Amino acid sequence: MFFILKERWIQGYNTSAFPKVAPILSPRFVGTPQIKGACATNCTACKDICPSDAIKLETKPMIDLGRCIFCKDCEDVCEEGVISFSNEYRLAQTSREALHVSGEIEHIGMLVKREIRALFGRSLQLRQISAGGCNACEADLNVLGTPTYDLARFGISFAASPRHSDGIIVTGPINEHMREPLLRTYEAISEPKIVIASGACAISGGIFHANDVCSQGLDTLLHVDLYIPGCPPHPYTTLHALLNYLGKL
Amino acid sequence: MEDFKPFFTNPFASPIDAIPLLSEDLFWDKVILAVNEEQFRVLSLFSASLKQTWQIWIVLGNDATGLIKVGRFRVVDNAYTSRTELLSCIHLFEREIYEQSGILPRNHPWLKPVRSPHQSACSQMDFYSIEGEDIHEVAVGPVHAGIIEPGHFRFQCYGEKVGHLEISLGYQHRGVEKALLGMPKANHLKQVEALCGDSTTAHSTCYAQNMEALTGIKISEKEALIRAILLELERIANHVGDIGALSGDVAFLTTASYCGKLRGNILNLTAQITGNRFGRGGICIGGTRYDIDYALAQTLKTQLKALQPKIMGAIELFFRSPSVLDRLEKTGIIPQEWVMAYGFTGLVAKASNCLRDVRTSYPYGSYIDRDLKTSLEKSGDVFARAKVRKEEILICFELVQTLLKELEMIAHVQIQKQQNTALPAEYFSFSMSEGWRGGVAHTIITDDKGDIQRYKVVDPSFFNWTALSLAMRDGQISDFPLCNKSFNLSYCGFDL
Ligand code: SF4
Ligand code: SF4
Repeated sequence: MFFILKERWIQGYNTSAFPKVAPILSPRFVGTPQIKGACATNCTACKDICPSDAIKLETKPMIDLGRCIFCKDCEDVCEEGVISFSNEYRLAQTSREALHVSGEIEHIGMLVKREIRALFGRSLQLRQISAGGCNACEADLNVLGTPTYDLARFGISFAASPRHSDGIIVTGPINEHMREPLLRTYEAISEPKIVIASGACAISGGIFHANDVCSQGLDTLLHVDLYIPGCPPHPYTTLHALLNYLGKL
Repeated sequence: MEDFKPFFTNPFASPIDAIPLLSEDLFWDKVILAVNEEQFRVLSLFSASLKQTWQIWIVLGNDATGLIKVGRFRVVDNAYTSRTELLSCIHLFEREIYEQSGILPRNHPWLKPVRSPHQSACSQMDFYSIEGEDIHEVAVGPVHAGIIEPGHFRFQCYGEKVGHLEISLGYQHRGVEKALLGMPKANHLKQVEALCGDSTTAHSTCYAQNMEALTGIKISEKEALIRAILLELERIANHVGDIGALSGDVAFLTTASYCGKLRGNILNLTAQITGNRFGRGGICIGGTRYDIDYALAQTLKTQLKALQPKIMGAIELFFRSPSVLDRLEKTGIIPQEWVMAYGFTGLVAKASNCLRDVRTSYPYGSYIDRDLKTSLEKSGDVFARAKVRKEEILICFELVQTLLKELEMIAHVQIQKQQNTALPAEYFSFSMSEGWRGGVAHTIITDDKGDIQRYKVVDPSFFNWTALSLAMRDGQISDFPLCNKSFNLSYCGFDL
């Protein structure tokens, strides 16, 4: 007992002051892209290098944040400096279209809907389903339960059974072998329920989108209420997304 | 060509022609001789279709000398005689060969699909079952209660006692090996990074080393150091997380919550180097993507120094508590003979007093000529696996400090980003690195145009899931979560 108390004193208080205080991320963290200026004629360098097929080129590049794995390779090859990534970690959106970036985005707006807030604002229980996830997305969801993020203080937690849940949060490219278990878990939850796609894989198939046993994203199967980009999404991206969606910011 | 000659060292590339092509019987005689008499073990065994004919390839390694030998035979009539009864460690490899290529290992004792029952040549999915009035079956998964990857466990129980546990995987199969074929492209490295997302650096190092061996690129001393630093940080983070998870499973929540948090701190150190907490984008063909300059090396050193006593303190609490030790000791024992017979590797082998570590046996990059400390335990139980992790964390802290010190001396050197990936035609390459679970091995075979014809991945979990299954025999079903955590194997690394 003495050692436990002593260790508690050494370890100190660990929970972050988020959302009151903004988190400090690595200066190398790759967040939202900004697209400005004009491309060199006939240049397709960014589109060619993108490992995830996330860039469409018309007069300017358009980056699909649902596909992007934030590797920054496109920024590196762009000689005109058209693409530049910021440190902004607040990335989630409630519609797929809103993830398409072709200009300068300031900051995402409020995502809350009144009925969602009324239903789940005080308590949200989520069932996590990994459908081909590589265990990085899963690990960074798990971490929300640790003292640093302490998700439970916001009334959100992960439930062990779909019967106790208000929705699902899905990771991975929803490969063939997990499609049915995923749908069956979803069906086991009673209405009303929400669906969250977490990570590039779940949103669009991510880097696996062209593999024949992987899907093009969760919304090919179910209506998705919240999209959280990243590969994997930073825990603060997820935390901000959930709080924003529930109107707790 | 009589024997499997020449010998190679990790990593290497060789023209296919130089690899001896034997007859089936001679091939297996040599393999069995090498394993039984010459202390070689099987690192990889797979089928490859070369010029429209199927061949079976094997890669054997000698842990004591670091020598690697490769052999192959041509398959006749789409079948050969299974050698699983003589060589238990290839039981899964042979099942995999059947599934991936349809080549029948005749008389295989348990020829079930490995990952894809629908695509497999055999769709026999019956579970092993024990008959008897008092026997009951417990089925768990694929979707589990926690935030964890999917897999199915089938227990045959007599009361609380487990007679047999069958582990049925494949739910995570994303077709990665197939996606890596053809001309090398940027997407390949990213899929390799996510092959097993908690071992990003281990797998991407293997991929890069193969590409470099094939194209003759040499990486600089500094880049090798950065790779090793990323790899060791990965090891610390996962080991700390695992000890936290183990203490969660025995309801010792103090260590569980400290370790959960402290693991995050280590991930954040990785993020300071690569911007990503899992080291994504850290390694590229020809070196590393991100530099560590003098200032960053200093910061990392200071932060590691501050974290070390906190991590060791949190872990010490766990090992000091008699009620915790009582749960860990004598649970899920893997005797050393099983390690030898089934080819268990990495952490599981070390906990059963068998040193299997690519960094010391087949050194590569920064591990060459390094006097690396290792940790071994004798008891082979959950306690031993936890203890090996604890010791390794301590060793890694020292190691990363040393690596950073060496890096500081050459901090001014610029890292170079090469991306030359045109591969030579009809080549074979093999590379290994030591992930936190154990040795990861990748193999590439190119065709006559220099495209990748075969990509074979062996994650340590491929060997070690069998260990979990055996560890549960005659144990209590209530010990399963604890036992499972003590291995903490990868689903997607196995399922590919
Ligand atoms: S940062 Fe995103 S858009 Fe740019 S290359 Fe990487 S994946 Fe493609
Ligand atoms: S989005 Fe990235 S981190 Fe998440 S499961 Fe897919 S590959 Fe892994």
